[in-house]
Amino acid sequence: MPRDNSIKKVLVIGSGPIVIGQAAEFDYAGTQACRSLKEEGIEVVLVNSNPATIMTDGDIADKVYIEPLTAKVLEQIILKERPDSVLPTLGGQAGLNLGMELAESGFLEKNGIRLIGTTADTIKRAEDRQAFKDTMEKIHEPVAPSQVVETVEDGIAFTNTIGYPVVLRPAYTLGGSGGGIAHNLQELTDILENGLRLSRVGQVLVERCIAGWKEIEYEVMRDGAGNCITVCNMENLDPVGVHTGDSIVVAPSQTLGDKEYQMLRTSALNIIDELNITGGCNVQYALKPDSFEYCVIEVNPRVSRSSALASKATGYPIAKVAAKIAIGYTLDEIKNAITGKTYASFEPALDYCVVKIPRLPFDKFLTAKRTLTTQMKATGEVMSICNNFEGALMKAIRSLEQHVECLLDYDFSALDDEKLEEQLGVVDDRRIWVIAEALRRKFAYEKIHEITKIDFWFIDKIAILVEMEQRLKSEELTPDLLREAKRIEFPDTVIGRLTGKSADEIRDLRREHKIIAGFKMVDTCAAEFEAATPYYYSVFGSENEAVETRPDKKILVLGSGPIRIGQGIEFDYCSVHSTWAFKEAGYETIIVNNNPETVSTDFDIADKLYFEPLTPEDVENIVDIEKPDGAVVQFGGQTAIKLTESLMKMGVPIFGTKAEDVDAAEDRELFDEILQKTEIPRAAGGTVFTAEEAKKVANELGYPVLVRPSYVLGGQGMQIATCDKEIEEFMEIINRIAQDHPILVDKYLMGKEIEVDAVCDGNDILIPGIMEHIERAGVHSGDSISVYPAQTLTEDIIEKIEDYTGRLARALHVRGMINIQFIVYHNEVYVIEVNPRSSRTVPYISKVTGIPIVKLATRVMVGDTIRGMGYEPGLQKKADYIAIKMPVFSFEKLRGAEISLGPEMKSTGECLGIATTFEEALYKAFLGAGVNLPKHKKMIITVNDADKKDAISIGRRFEKLGYEIYATRSTAKVLNDNGVKAIKVNKLSQEAPTVIDLILEHKIDIVVDTPTQGRDKSRDGFLIRRYAIETGVNCFTSLDTVNALLTSLESAKIENLELIDIAKVAKRGN
Amino acid sequence: MKAFLILEDGHVYEGTSIGSKKEIISEIVFNTSMTGYLEVLTDPSYTGQAVCMTYPLIGNYGICYEDMESKKPWPDGYIVRELSRMPSNFRSEGTIQEFLEKNDIPGIAGIDTRSLTKLLREKGTMNGMITTDENYKLDEIIPKLKEYTVKDAVKRSTCSEITKLPGEGFKVALLDLGAKNNIARSLHQRGCEVTVYPAFTDAKTILDSNPDGVMLSNGPGDPKECVTVIEELKTLYQSGIPIFAICLGHQLMALATGADTHKMKYGHRGGNHPVKDLKSGRVYISSQNHGYVVDETTVSPEIAEVAFVNVNDGTVEGLRYKQKPVFTVQFHPEACPGPKDSGVLFDEFLNMMKEGGR
Repeated sequence: MPRDNSIKKVLVIGSGPIVIGQAAEFDYAGTQACRSLKEEGIEVVLVNSNPATIMTDGDIADKVYIEPLTAKVLEQIILKERPDSVLPTLGGQAGLNLGMELAESGFLEKNGIRLIGTTADTIKRAEDRQAFKDTMEKIHEPVAPSQVVETVEDGIAFTNTIGYPVVLRPAYTLGGSGGGIAHNLQELTDILENGLRLSRVGQVLVERCIAGWKEIEYEVMRDGAGNCITVCNMENLDPVGVHTGDSIVVAPSQTLGDKEYQMLRTSALNIIDELNITGGCNVQYALKPDSFEYCVIEVNPRVSRSSALASKATGYPIAKVAAKIAIGYTLDEIKNAITGKTYASFEPALDYCVVKIPRLPFDKFLTAKRTLTTQMKATGEVMSICNNFEGALMKAIRSLEQHVECLLDYDFSALDDEKLEEQLGVVDDRRIWVIAEALRRKFAYEKIHEITKIDFWFIDKIAILVEMEQRLKSEELTPDLLREAKRIEFPDTVIGRLTGKSADEIRDLRREHKIIAGFKMVDTCAAEFEAATPYYYSVFGSENEAVETRPDKKILVLGSGPIRIGQGIEFDYCSVHSTWAFKEAGYETIIVNNNPETVSTDFDIADKLYFEPLTPEDVENIVDIEKPDGAVVQFGGQTAIKLTESLMKMGVPIFGTKAEDVDAAEDRELFDEILQKTEIPRAAGGTVFTAEEAKKVANELGYPVLVRPSYVLGGQGMQIATCDKEIEEFMEIINRIAQDHPILVDKYLMGKEIEVDAVCDGNDILIPGIMEHIERAGVHSGDSISVYPAQTLTEDIIEKIEDYTGRLARALHVRGMINIQFIVYHNEVYVIEVNPRSSRTVPYISKVTGIPIVKLATRVMVGDTIRGMGYEPGLQKKADYIAIKMPVFSFEKLRGAEISLGPEMKSTGECLGIATTFEEALYKAFLGAGVNLPKHKKMIITVNDADKKDAISIGRRFEKLGYEIYATRSTAKVLNDNGVKAIKVNKLSQEAPTVIDLILEHKIDIVVDTPTQGRDKSRDGFLIRRYAIETGVNCFTSLDTVNALLTSLESAKIENLELIDIAKVAKRGN
Repeated sequence: MKAFLILEDGHVYEGTSIGSKKEIISEIVFNTSMTGYLEVLTDPSYTGQAVCMTYPLIGNYGICYEDMESKKPWPDGYIVRELSRMPSNFRSEGTIQEFLEKNDIPGIAGIDTRSLTKLLREKGTMNGMITTDENYKLDEIIPKLKEYTVKDAVKRSTCSEITKLPGEGFKVALLDLGAKNNIARSLHQRGCEVTVYPAFTDAKTILDSNPDGVMLSNGPGDPKECVTVIEELKTLYQSGIPIFAICLGHQLMALATGADTHKMKYGHRGGNHPVKDLKSGRVYISSQNHGYVVDETTVSPEIAEVAFVNVNDGTVEGLRYKQKPVFTVQFHPEACPGPKDSGVLFDEFLNMMKEGGR
């Protein structure tokens, strides 16, 4: 069937801010889809509130709206742009829900617009629990006995008929949000209450627990003519019970025979056919390990995280093909872009093994519950490819950037056997390390399997790795042993650790015996056809297939690894744009990255893609083959920066700012010298290694002080200390991970925080704009609301900032990007920190100002000048719009996580509010972040003593908005004493009803709770904040944020939002 | 113990010996199925060939004897990247290692199977030797390798006597040219009474038994070698009895009606080949195992029309005969291993039988 020519203009819905359960994979899918539609001459209108995405670039879609993702806003965009079709299947659950809302309200029909990709009926039958169950029964596909309930009572009644444990799944939620396994009445009641509230339609599915079964997924495609194929199947190492997003996943399945494989494959095709899906679909199964019995767990009638993984694992571009199907093509008409010869209507054959490991955020949330359940907690993931499972697992482990490089690195050796056995029963992200320790102790496979339900095959593979550890420790390191260790991907560092040698010695020994990595191609067809696309992975003991090319110029771009808090999708945006800029400048481009969710690992972004861990050894293997003319590390966040020294040792020139200058910005003493030379003030401080030293410095400076490790992104481990005791506590936490670099202790200045990104060509400097944070210093810049252009700075201060930025960039010999954070305190400008690299604000500031910062920075690195590129140096004139970047959090997904904002970053994503007035921009930003107020006009205020004064004006403003204010005793007193009516509520320790009971009435719009300084020890405060988050109440811990919210609410009479086409702004800059 | 795979172009791969230690010469082919290694091993179409699995991890779920597609394994040799040391599946009754040993099939593990596959793709199917003799002499071996051809493959793999699967429905005569069990099973599951005949049964014997239809099975080797079978097929064709044929059966029927076949560069072996039904436009993912193909230009438009083509390379995947109720496919609707998408073709055969002969 040829393409449907009645489709001329399509609205593509993006997935919004990055939250747990909905991450970068939708930028990848959306970008691929938009490009694929444009290729067909279709006009693409894109809406996504997330400014850090590549899909929101002016060159990806024709019209780009970075606007809040609500049905109302979408309706306005549709009425303005008049697309003939809406494509909702590429924007994750958010996009699907919005498409559904537009269809159900009759808006689309009324305006003669159709949903393409999939119909509203299909979405309903796949997503609505009852409709789904009925559909499965109709085609005789088994599902676990279950019932959709709308009340807790019904849930209990049904559970009594099927027995505990039961799995609870709220309808229409993300990442299994609000779901879980209940083993008793208490758990059932808790989870049900939470789940019913979180579900958009107030429904929760109560289901027979099939925990412990094998979890298998199929990625299926179907076109309008009914042709179906499966792209890939995947097996979870973690049996049913752990969300697939939090599971270690292997592709293809390993422990299924052809009978089981084909049984489930046939089932998946029957389902996609019955649901009449046109595009991609993900079907999840539970397979009983000792029979052919299976259950369909769920179906996602859209592109998903799993489909991104399947795309990268097989080379089959699911999103691209789904987009082509949406506009009418059949699978046999779409070319396989990897081979260039075959068609999309085939099933990829793998001749390698792929392992995905989730990246969990427990390093950021020390108090969060580490256990893994059916509610997803991972912020990102890594993928690795090898021709054996052990090797793929080892490569994935060292890609995690979690200070682990093998199965020894979470050390459970201190536990006695009994404790270890107990630990085996704990399902958390360290489980394979626990299994490894159990195997070292010679626990029987049967026992490990009995406790974990993990298949024997996987246990044996872990055992093979453990046996290799033992052999390396006890045997002589012969070439054969070394060869075998490398085959299963033991890194040189680990072999060195186990044999008492250095990594360099191991490498030399390898070279001597010609034990070197070769590269194989991901070609979708197991070498059956010649492939045109150079997408590589490394293996040992095999012939090298990577063709060494000798172009004039060749550049290695290092990616940023897994998405985690502090290093998000922004860095992928920067890596991709830099790659494109190098291409334009005539370079052959090579990307190295290990994140399957990203655009950078799409096979047609760089000339060559190496899907590899980002460690010195892995990168060196690539360098040995490719011999690039240089490497660029400025755009891949801290992951890439950390490789600078190693690259220089390999003799690879670093493009842009030199390593010693990067060092000068990070090393306290060197940096102090530069500040002295440039006469720029900073908060007084010192460097320390021990708690004693830290206390000494702190007392000299006077509390409060800021304590942080150097060389980290996202303020990891950064804290404000108000007394010696807190210093001790924070130093202990920081020093849990061995620190190569000293720890910084600075006087904490509570001023206005300013951020600047700039490009320097070694001489001139270009500042696209100055951003001001709403929250005062002390809240991490990534968690602050950031306003461009700065609204409250005087001309003097602005000039000073411009001047300081220039001085610093020149003193650090910056070539490329620099990011500086300042504090304006008592009318003086202080430097907080300087990062001679790209930052998380770059995508947003590029889009608002229309200045392609990454491209300019890249061209500067290859010798262009700012003037030469047609820009006048200095601070650029303000854009026509005010743009506000709003952090977005995923606290509701992380049970037990402390939500109060501080110097350590906690947000997972961001959205943008852009408008001609500050108020409207702020309103849009809050709306985009999901703050849609007022609802019940009731709120709770409970603040610490320092904030009491500020709370009065806040209370007054809320009162004026008609809010009924509840407050805890002392806050209520202050408010009432000052003429703000506040109703006193009891603390938790007091008699009911307490503040928690109030929250659980589901009538509260807002909780304002500022923690006591430092790390909050008050259980009350913590519980209030957690309850608020888990019941969906907006909870704020900084009064600055609350003031901004008030400003937005006070001007919320904004009926018709002004919709801004960012693509036009982008064109202005070019 | 070391083992060597020596190819006729002089390439040598060193690996570890698996299974039997005996030395063999065979035609080396590759299969891209990711599961179903036992079904591959027990497919009689591999008679005279040694098969290389492109998926690197083989033996993960052990040996489940009920999955065998015939009574024994047929390849002369087995080539893998890695054999699982510990199979895991509730039905597993043994390991591949034991299975190969028991059936005296030599193999080699630990070689770069992808490199071998690329070589076969580029140079075409080659002959090769698997040996454990470290002192092999290339100049003596290579001429022998070049000489080797697969001979009497059908004769070696067909059954020796007539057997019967009882059923209440249509009576089907299945001509076993090296048949996979699932052909008979697929018909039997549809209620047919299936009588399995040795390949060299004459047409008269079959027709005299008065079947409702004739099923021609898959099988090994060069179709043109089966001169006597082709002659008998002419009689079956002329009789007007409904005939359905798979793989070798499809090729032989084409030869019997005047078309020609030729050897492909490296064949189709795997479970992911797209075939398009030219009538409906539907594409099915099919299981395939063939090194020869019907030459489209030699198919007389009066006798037959192309019913299926391979989406990847456009080769003939099925013929619908115009004058007689005969329908033949190159791929394997019986699956095992591979997708079952085209299983409906057996139903089509049942419909043909319902309509009766011409």
